[in-house]
Amino acid sequence: MAIKFGTEEWVKAARAELNKSQAYKDAAKRWEGDMYFIVEPEGGLKETLVTYFDLWHGECRAASAPADESGKTAAYRFWAPLSVWRSILEKKLDPVQAMMTGKLKLKGDMAQIMKMPRAASELVECVTHIKTEFPE
Amino acid sequence: MWYFVSPQIVYGQDAVTRLGQLEGKSAFIVTDANMVKLGFVDKVKEQLSQAGIKSTVFDGVEPDPSLETVKKGSSQMSKSGPDLIVALGGGSVMDAAKAMWVEYAGPGMKAEEINPFTTGLGLQNKARLVCVPTTSGTGAEATWGIVLTDQAEQRKMSVGSRETMPDIAIVDPQFALEMPPGLTAQTGMDALTHAVEGFTSSWKNDISDGLCIKAIQLVFQYLPRAYKNGKDMEAREKMANAACIAGMGFINSMCAMAHAAGHSLGAVFHTPHGRAVGLFLPYTIEFIGDVREELWAEIAYSIKLKVPKGKKAAPILADAIRGLARGVKEPLSIKETGISSDSFNNSMEKLVDNAFADFQLVTTARVPSTEETRKFLRYAYEGKSIDF
Repeated sequence: MAIKFGTEEWVKAARAELNKSQAYKDAAKRWEGDMYFIVEPEGGLKETLVTYFDLWHGECRAASAPADESGKTAAYRFWAPLSVWRSILEKKLDPVQAMMTGKLKLKGDMAQIMKMPRAASELVECVTHIKTEFPE
Repeated sequence: MWYFVSPQIVYGQDAVTRLGQLEGKSAFIVTDANMVKLGFVDKVKEQLSQAGIKSTVFDGVEPDPSLETVKKGSSQMSKSGPDLIVALGGGSVMDAAKAMWVEYAGPGMKAEEINPFTTGLGLQNKARLVCVPTTSGTGAEATWGIVLTDQAEQRKMSVGSRETMPDIAIVDPQFALEMPPGLTAQTGMDALTHAVEGFTSSWKNDISDGLCIKAIQLVFQYLPRAYKNGKDMEAREKMANAACIAGMGFINSMCAMAHAAGHSLGAVFHTPHGRAVGLFLPYTIEFIGDVREELWAEIAYSIKLKVPKGKKAAPILADAIRGLARGVKEPLSIKETGISSDSFNNSMEKLVDNAFADFQLVTTARVPSTEETRKFLRYAYEGKSIDF
């Protein structure tokens, strides 16, 4: 059964996928930094979706879908319209290429990202395992 | 949507005279001591002076340049204040020059922060970069990639931005004439690896494909000749072009596992880059195998390599590449490079760690797990064909 994208249920499923992935654990074993993934309104999505992941040394310590970003200041912020996120999660768009073409925007410590590019791609790989229902 | 980026390329004999046509006030030449000894720096300075451009020389770039060297260079560059940077040398020199360029002309960015996600660096507002390769080669004159060595962490780091693409590449074969056979072989295998990986990476595209196939053909045809007779000008010119074409190809489609493994080996054991990646290339073809079988067959066809009906192209191509390497006296296993099994085993976790974290693994068509990476390296140490 598909899970609605960007909901508490969805982020919990994402957290579970990350924490059971040896590939993610290995790739992100030195990763330090929490992040917001912001889904901008588009099409059937009328409001911004905010998801938050606390990632530390290969583990997702916490994940949530808050109403906004006021609760925490995260080390990283990724943002893009719904269609871009959907393309990434449906493996039609490589996440790194999405960042390189400016479709997926990001803010944060670039030096760390450049040291651990595999962490980003394994993270995305994990969440593609979730059967996701996107707003139409 | 994707980009294809390349510099203006000036190639062929006497291409270096392009320097005498440039506009500018002062140049900062980034190079190494060997280029000074060979008289190449004087040739470059002479051309620049014809254009009325005075020059300063920084000849302190070492093989596998460190962040420290980049900082030293960019600091001197800042004191000199050039509007032209000329990188004269192999890949190490050109990569170091790109990083210095960013630290000198960019928006307060350190070399280790250079990334392909941040745009608007505005480098040309302060200086343009001209690359003059002297090996054939890394193709760094036509790429925006920068490989630096973090000596503290004993790993190579791949950084870069589309905006660190050189403005002009001057591919003059006269500079390749002085390469001894060993360097000819290593840098030639690097060019081949770029082309094969660029053709088969997960970011492959139509524009890179055409360039990569051409480069593969040129290397197979002309590397043995250039190795056998360093004064064969036609072979030198074709190999110089091959390296540049391969560079243009792969930087727009990325490399893959041979580079991830090669960077790792180089960082730990200081194996020359071309030797390392060329050594791993046939093993990675075997590992990636069926996932890219049609492409291996296409490559085989392009170099007139027969693949009998019913046989797989991957092992046949891997053997052909080993044959090419053997012909230019390049090692076919890690053991053959002289690394002892004790040293190798003691460094295994570091090797795996480095390879696993390398960006080039992300664009490999079949991405190995940690355990597969470990096994792969063991096979490559022993010289055993990959069978998993």
